[in-house]
Amino acid sequence: MATILGGITTSHIPAIGAAIAKELEQEPYWQPFFDGYPPVHDWLDEHQPDVAILIYNDHGLNFFLDAVPTFSIGAAEEYHNEDEGWGLRPVPPFPGHPDLSWHLIESVIDDGFDVTMCQDMVVDHGFVVPHLLLWPGNDRPVKIVPVCVNTVLHPLPRPDRCLALGRAIGKAVESFPGDEKVVVLGTGGMSHQLDGERAGFINREFDALCMDAIVDDPEWIANHSILDLVEKAGAQGVEVIQWLMMRGALLGTVTELHRNYHIPISNTGAGLMLLENTR
Amino acid sequence: MADTASSRREIPGTPIFDGAASRRGLALNTMCYSFNKESSRNEFHADPDAYCKKYGLDNELTAAVLDADVLALIEAGGSIYYLAKLTGILGWDMQDVGARQSGITREEFEARLYAARG
Repeated sequence: MATILGGITTSHIPAIGAAIAKELEQEPYWQPFFDGYPPVHDWLDEHQPDVAILIYNDHGLNFFLDAVPTFSIGAAEEYHNEDEGWGLRPVPPFPGHPDLSWHLIESVIDDGFDVTMCQDMVVDHGFVVPHLLLWPGNDRPVKIVPVCVNTVLHPLPRPDRCLALGRAIGKAVESFPGDEKVVVLGTGGMSHQLDGERAGFINREFDALCMDAIVDDPEWIANHSILDLVEKAGAQGVEVIQWLMMRGALLGTVTELHRNYHIPISNTGAGLMLLENTR
Repeated sequence: MADTASSRREIPGTPIFDGAASRRGLALNTMCYSFNKESSRNEFHADPDAYCKKYGLDNELTAAVLDADVLALIEAGGSIYYLAKLTGILGWDMQDVGARQSGITREEFEARLYAARG
């Protein structure tokens, strides 16, 4: 059976992709952020996962407002990055794992989560930036199963549903008849707000509470409503629901191995966490 | 308590892009979505006014686009994710967008971000 080695949370904002493209990692602005990643690289090197389940939100590349799936799972042979309109140069494609994707789809739908199935989906910075951060360079050492969450058009899915879907994904992986080693990536966040007069809102204290809760008490986050999260983490800080989904997939004993937090990266509080899952 | 549009509490300075907003802003967001393509960006640059007309924007909305009045565009139903494609081709980053909405300079906006370190 496939196993889940652990989970990683990471920011996915486009400015990070631009900084990587311009090789600014050691500039004073970026260094405190990028210097958080080597311990995660070491862990990935040591454990060599075969697959990453990459939980992110599309920002208006694959999905437009004509049809907005609440939860969608990619089931493509590979995933292509495309122009998003503001100058980030597209990077080479990423290999998928359609067998595992279809197993996840069948399993979570059987569990009562009526996800949208995507045999073709282009992927934006929400998918690409975490990959570039965790596996720097153009290597593609893992196959990807993308899980996309609507954070664009309200109503967004309830946080407790995101945690529950994460648990269903964890169950699905553990019933997959293969020997794949899987890492689950919860991307986005942390607190930030891009729109309105409150743009620039960052809540360090709430971010710290979420980082603690994601380890030992994910229900504490899940018991917030979406509007509670908007209020406390900012309009786009709701992306923490992707962290919740990641955490839900870790069904064993969870140990925090590493964390880093830095303000500001663009308009956000940027949080990195590495959680090990032991069955 | 459900956060439905009819019962939702207001969070000051915080727009919620929901069904009502999306109905108002569909033409605007459709235009902004087109900016994913370089050919569309070039066409917009060549004649912004004509490009707005092509997507059915009225004079008031076209003026807000040409003026990059982000708050007015949000009020008209623009989603920040799509408006970012417009502000991106104008060469603005998210600090510029934030400063503009708050009516402060970019330097003041950046100071607000750094102040969140506590």
